[in-house]
Amino acid sequence: MPSLTLLGQAVVSGLLAGGIYGLLALGLSLSWGLLRLVNLAHFALALLGAYLTYQVGTAFGMPPWLAALAIVPAFFLLGMAFHAVFTYFRVTELTSLLVTFGVTVILESLIQWFWTADYRRYETAYATASTRVGPLFVPTLEMLACLTAAGLAVATWAWLRFTYVGKALRASAEDPAIAAAFGVNHRAQAFLLSGVSAAYAGIAGAFIALISTLAPSQIWAWIGVVFAVVIIGGLANPIGALLAGLLIGVSESLTMAVVTPAWAPLVSFSVLIVILIARPGRV
Amino acid sequence: MSAAGRRVLVGLLAAGAGFAALAAVGLPAFYESFLYLIFSWIALATSWSFLSGYAGYFSFGHGAFFGTGMYTTAALTTMFGLPFLATMPLAGLLAAALAAGIGAVVFRVKRLRGELFGLLTLAVGFVLATIVLNTRIDGGPGVYLSAVPLPRLLASPTGTLYLLGLALAIATVGAAYAISHSRLGLGLYAIHDDEDVAELKGVPTLSYKLIAFALSAGVAGVAGSIHAMYVSYVTVGETFSITVPLYVVLMSVLGGARHWLGPAVGATIIASSLYVFTGGQQAVLGRALVALVLIVVILVLPEGIVPTILTRWRAWRPRPAEVFAAPAPAPVVAAPAAALACQDVWRSFGGIQALRGVSLGVAPGEIVALVGPNGSGKTTLINVISGYYAADRGRVTLGTETLTERPAHEIARLGVGRTHQIPRPFAHFTALDNVALAATFGPGRCPPRQARAEGQEWLSFTGLGRRAAALPHELNLHERKFLELARALAARPRLILLDEVLSGLNPAEIASAVRLIRQIRERGVAILFVEHLMRAVLELSDRVVVLNEGEVIAAGPPHEAMRAERVIEVYLGKAHVA
Repeated sequence: MPSLTLLGQAVVSGLLAGGIYGLLALGLSLSWGLLRLVNLAHFALALLGAYLTYQVGTAFGMPPWLAALAIVPAFFLLGMAFHAVFTYFRVTELTSLLVTFGVTVILESLIQWFWTADYRRYETAYATASTRVGPLFVPTLEMLACLTAAGLAVATWAWLRFTYVGKALRASAEDPAIAAAFGVNHRAQAFLLSGVSAAYAGIAGAFIALISTLAPSQIWAWIGVVFAVVIIGGLANPIGALLAGLLIGVSESLTMAVVTPAWAPLVSFSVLIVILIARPGRV
Repeated sequence: MSAAGRRVLVGLLAAGAGFAALAAVGLPAFYESFLYLIFSWIALATSWSFLSGYAGYFSFGHGAFFGTGMYTTAALTTMFGLPFLATMPLAGLLAAALAAGIGAVVFRVKRLRGELFGLLTLAVGFVLATIVLNTRIDGGPGVYLSAVPLPRLLASPTGTLYLLGLALAIATVGAAYAISHSRLGLGLYAIHDDEDVAELKGVPTLSYKLIAFALSAGVAGVAGSIHAMYVSYVTVGETFSITVPLYVVLMSVLGGARHWLGPAVGATIIASSLYVFTGGQQAVLGRALVALVLIVVILVLPEGIVPTILTRWRAWRPRPAEVFAAPAPAPVVAAPAAALACQDVWRSFGGIQALRGVSLGVAPGEIVALVGPNGSGKTTLINVISGYYAADRGRVTLGTETLTERPAHEIARLGVGRTHQIPRPFAHFTALDNVALAATFGPGRCPPRQARAEGQEWLSFTGLGRRAAALPHELNLHERKFLELARALAARPRLILLDEVLSGLNPAEIASAVRLIRQIRERGVAILFVEHLMRAVLELSDRVVVLNEGEVIAAGPPHEAMRAERVIEVYLGKAHVA
C-alpha cells in the first residue's frame, strides 16, 4: 500500500487532470445537450489550439496568454462557420457524429502535416513552478487550468440558468417547435452556442500546450475519457461535467498510484459501464 | 428461393470461381496482394452493415472486432502452437461473443440513442488496446507470425491468402443478400425506422440486434484472423488504429449501407483509390482526402451510390406494378377467440399516478369504449396492455395467457394488435410493406410472399388498395390512420386496441371507419377503443368504461354509463349533476 503522502499527491494531481477533462467536456456537453450535435471535432480543435499556442510561443516568442487572446475569438468564429455548414445541410444528431469524425481526421492530418508526428514540448520558465501545501506539491499552471475550468463551468451554469439566452437555449432543446412559437430565435442562439463551445476548445488548447507534451494522436486518447465524462456528468450540465471530470481524474490518478499507470485508460470506461448497468435509464 | 435470389447466388459463385481461376492460372504477387486487400475490405464493410446499415446503429467498434480476430490468431498460433486454420473460426467466435456481451450491456440502456451507441463502441477499441498492450497477449513489442505455417492452398503464400480473402468476401456478400431478404433483415429495417413500433408489431428487437451485432463482429473476427497472417507482424498501434472503423463506415455509407451490395461497391472504390497514396507524408494526405470524401458523401448523398443508381434506374424504366388477385371480402381470422382481462393495474410516472387499480374486461366479439378526460390514463392503459410500458402492479391476461411481465413483441405474437393515436408507419416501407411486416411478425407468422398477399387484402379492406406502393409521407392523415388500422388487422389479432382512430376524420370517413370496426367485431375479435367522439362511442360500443385520474368511475351499457353522476360531474362540473 502506498504512503498517505503519495495517495494525497495522487488525489491532487487527479483533481488537476480532472479539471482539464472537465474543461474539454464542457463545450462538448453544451453542443450535444442543447444543439443535439455530437461534435467529435471538439478534441481536434482543442489540439489545434494547443499547437497554435505552441507555434506562437516558440516561433514568435509571444507569451501564451497573448496567443490565447487571438485564438479564442478566432475559434469562436470557426465554431460559427462549422455551425453554418451543419444548418445548411440539416445535419442530424447521428450524421453530425460522422461529419465531425471526418473533420477530426482532416485536422489530425493537417497537424501531422505541419508539425509532424513527433512529440512537441512547449518549454517555459514557469512550466515547473509549483506551490507547496503541507507535504503536497501543487503545480501552478495545472492549478490555474483547473480553476479556469471551475470558473467557466460555474459561469456557464449561471448563463444557462439565469439569462434569457440560456433559458431560450434550454427551451429549444426540449421542444424546438414550441420554443419557436414563443418567439425564441433558436438559429441565432445556436450560432452563439457553437461559437462559445469552440472558444472553450481554444481555451482548453492553450492550457494543454503549457501542461502536456503534444502529439497528433492525442485526439483519440481524449475521445473515450471525455465522452465518458460528458455522459456521467449529464448532457448540458456544466457543473456535472466538471464534477464528473474531477471524479474520473482522481480515479485514474489513484489507479496509477495504487495499481499501475498502464491500466489508467480503462478507469473511465469501467466507471461509465458500471453506471450504465446500474442505472440504464439515466442517460 | 426466389428467382432473383437464384440469380444473385449464381452471380456470386461465378465471380468467386472467376477470381479463383485467375489465381490458379497465376497472377503476379502484387495483384494478389492488391485484390486480397479489396476482398478484406469488402468483407469488413459488408459485415459492418448487418447491424449498422440495416438497423441504423452506427458502430465505431468494427476495428475492435477485427483486432480481436488478429490477436486471437496471433496469440493462439504463437503461444499454443495451434494451426492457423483452426484459429480462424475461434477468432470469429470470440469476436462474436465479445459483440454479444457488449450488446447485452448497451442495448439494455433505455432509449439508447444511435450516437451514444457509436461512442460506446468507439471506446471498445481503446479498452481492448489497453488490455492487449498490458497483458501477455502482446505486452508491447508486437507479435511476429512469420514462423507460423500457412496452409498451401496455392503455391505462393499470397495466393493462399488471396483465396481465403476471396472466399470470405463472397460468403459475406451472400450472407448480406440472404439477411436483407429474410425475416431478420425485415425486422432490422423496421428497427431502423421505428424501433418501438417494430417491437409492438412483434419484432424481437433485442435479440435481432444482438444476432446482427454478433454476426457482424464474427465476420470481422475471421477477416482479422486472415489479416494477421497477411501482415505477419501484429502491433497494438496498427491493429487498433482508427483506420478500420473510419474506412468501413465510409465505404458502407458511400456505397449505400442499407443495400446488400452497397458496402462492397464502396469498399472496392475506396480501397482501390487508397492504393494511390502509399507511405510517408502522402499517406497523411490520403487519409485527409478520404475523410473529406466522407464528409461530402454524407452531406450530399446520404443514401449512398447503389440506392441512388437503383432509384434513377427504376424511375427511368418503370416496371409494371405487382398484380394481385381481386380483393377478397376480408381474410379470415384464424386464431381462437380470447377475452382480455385487466385486474387492478397500477402505473406511475415519477410522482404522477397514471393508473390506480384499473380493472376491466373485453369479451371476444365485444366492443368496449374507453372514455375519459385528457390525462385520465386511457392511452397509458393501452400502452400497458400492449407491453410498451410495464405495469407497476396488477395483471393483464388474454385468454389463458398472462401479458404482464412479457416483452411487447411476445404480446403482439399472442394476438394483441394496436394503432397509435398519431400514426407511426415505417418511413422507408411502402404502405404494402408496412402491412406485410405486421403479418410476418404477428401471430400468423406468415412467410414473406403470403404476408404480401394478405397485406394487399387488408389494404383493400381498409380502402387503401390503390395506395399499396405509396410511401407513408405520400399519404394524407386519413389514409395514414387507415394504414395503422390495416397494419393492426394484418397481424390477425384476437384483441385490437384502437387509440383515437376517428379523431381528425371527416363525417364520411368516420362512417366508413365505424363500418370497418363493426366488420372486425363480427370475426370474434375483442375490441377496446379509446375515443373522444361521443356519437361514435354511443353508436359502436357494447359497453363503456369511464376513466378519471387513473380510476374507473363508471362502467356499463353506453347510455347508462354516460349518465352516471360521477361521469357528468367529471365532464361538465358539479352544477350539471341533475
